[in-house]
Amino acid sequence: MTENDIPTAYVRDKRTVRETNEQLRARIPGWGADLDPADRPSHPKLRYAPETTGAHWEFPERQPGSEGRERSIEHAFVTPVFGTAQPLTGASGAIRRLAYERFSEGRLAHWMLLVVGDRVDAWGSHLRSFATLRPDVPATGMRAEFTHGGLSSRRGRVDARHHVLDPVVVGGPWVLAAGVAVVGARRLARAVRR
Amino acid sequence: MRAMVYRGPYKIRVEEKDIPAIEHPNDAIIRVTLAAICGSDLHLYHGLMPDTRIGHTFGHEFIGVVHEVGSSVQNLKVGDRVMVPFNIYCGSCWFCARGLYSNCHNVNANATAVGGIYGYSHTTGGYDGGQAEYVRVPFADVGPAKIPDWMSDEDAVLLTDATSTGYFGAQLGDISEGDTVVVFGAGPVGLVAAQSSWLMGAGRVIVVDHLDYRLEKARDFAHAETLNFAEYQDIVVELKKQTDYLGADVVIECVGAEADGNLLQHVAGAKLKMQGGSPVALNWAIDGARKGGTISVMGAYGPIPNAVKFGDALNKGLTLRMNQAPVKRQWPRLFEHIRNGYLKPSEMVTHRFPLEEIPEAYHVFSNKLDGCIKPLIVPSAA
Ligand SMILES: NC(=O)c1ccc[n+]([C@@H]2O[C@H](COP(=O)([O-])OP(=O)(O)OC[C@H]3O[C@@H](n4cnc5c(N)ncnc54)[C@H](O)[C@@H]3O)[C@@H](O)[C@H]2O)c1
Ligand SMILES: [Zn+2]
Ligand SMILES: [Zn+2]
Repeated sequence: MTENDIPTAYVRDKRTVRETNEQLRARIPGWGADLDPADRPSHPKLRYAPETTGAHWEFPERQPGSEGRERSIEHAFVTPVFGTAQPLTGASGAIRRLAYERFSEGRLAHWMLLVVGDRVDAWGSHLRSFATLRPDVPATGMRAEFTHGGLSSRRGRVDARHHVLDPVVVGGPWVLAAGVAVVGARRLARAVRR
Repeated sequence: MRAMVYRGPYKIRVEEKDIPAIEHPNDAIIRVTLAAICGSDLHLYHGLMPDTRIGHTFGHEFIGVVHEVGSSVQNLKVGDRVMVPFNIYCGSCWFCARGLYSNCHNVNANATAVGGIYGYSHTTGGYDGGQAEYVRVPFADVGPAKIPDWMSDEDAVLLTDATSTGYFGAQLGDISEGDTVVVFGAGPVGLVAAQSSWLMGAGRVIVVDHLDYRLEKARDFAHAETLNFAEYQDIVVELKKQTDYLGADVVIECVGAEADGNLLQHVAGAKLKMQGGSPVALNWAIDGARKGGTISVMGAYGPIPNAVKFGDALNKGLTLRMNQAPVKRQWPRLFEHIRNGYLKPSEMVTHRFPLEEIPEAYHVFSNKLDGCIKPLIVPSAA
């Protein structure tokens, strides 16, 4: 390696040549339009300008119905505005409520309980769906595999082997649950016969 | 009304729901005319976001027509065509007063670490989203803006998140004239981040992904150089070679929790949910940046801890910057750029699905089938 071949990182001044600003401007519409860092919309990070937000209140009026709504214990109160979609119910609701009431967002237990609540919610809903005309299936939208080139789209891709895992991760618990249900039903039938 | 509904990981369907009602004097109800699916929706779809409840309607990218307004709404009236930032925010708390619209303290009772987002689980406040015929929009005087007459619906809906986020990502990189910028991820966010890097004076822009059809878009649409990480034994070494062993001055991470490229991380993070997503791209960003450089993270992760190479970030003296994008803060400038033809968000749209086919839309976008870059959703009543 002669001295001229020594890469930039090992010497004082950068010697790699790049396209000139003129070349870039000619090639890329708008190159350099926001060159000045101080003239970019999110600069500075904190910019005190409450008059520009459209809010015409000091503190927002409080939305009714906050009593009993779950909240992070890192909050002083239920926020003046809150979402009312899917309120807590049933077993998953009890697990989630415990997560909110006992553990701050800083605790792993908070999030793990919420994850457990999600699984309980999902499986409860799946079971209930089997008693309806629209039972849940392990995965939806599968028709697109045929209409939108499932095979041809994946040819030669590195993530294809991850996609192979999807049926195992998604379908696995269903196969397991079906197995448990069959065994359970057999035992029950035997017990009833006895 | 018809609405997309979550039924558990990898499972969604369209259901009949009540049209949302005004619950606060500054609410508006919007009839959605066009919506989109975001890379962030995939985190919910795959079950990576804690407290995603069965029955939840996703969707934080939407535009529509004002259907009803609450008693204190002054800036909007029934019939206005509006675009709605993905952030729900009050405009008056400590954070909003200082421009941190994505970090509002008055809208998310469920968590203090994240602000309010439409249709993005209870961890961001428990608001149903806009992949539906109607949606409740809190603080109607703060978030929504009337769509300028000259702007197309596609450009407007892409400004509600992807475009504003990509541009914001480039800003957090603190790009100086002549910088070499590496963008991980050639999705809508990464493509706009690459374009925006040029606007901020980058001297070189390199986009990294493994999907050739998206890298092609990065070359044609974002005028960038591209690297397919699957073609290299070790993408970090290639980045060092490409930058004369310096590393990139600025790295913008536009991948997030579903990152591929390392089977173990992917399985532990994205499949088995043992961490808040797979931080492969984030770790590549840390390795690929030059010492003293800046990493801007737009990719989203769950609240569960991740296996991130923090020690190297420290040893390299990196500046790490990140946030959910404060969308409306970007709009005046982005409106100009679109008008001048510097940014053309609508050219990223590859698919339009009727709301009734949203299960197929999620499957196509999630698995990156059929050359999909950005899928739009058209509600039946639109
Ligand atoms: N911060 C915010 O405000 C904000 C807003 C919108 C989206 N996001 C996040 O930005 C990310 C991108 O969103 P999108 O809509 O463009 O999603 P997308 O799914 O369309 O794009 C992600 C891209 O990353 C690629 N990829 C996967 N692993 C990679 C790796 N190791 N290295 C490089 N590329 C890799 C994928 O092939 C894909 O092309 C998501 O995580 C999303 O949640 C954040
Ligand atoms: Zn998004
Ligand atoms: Zn606020």
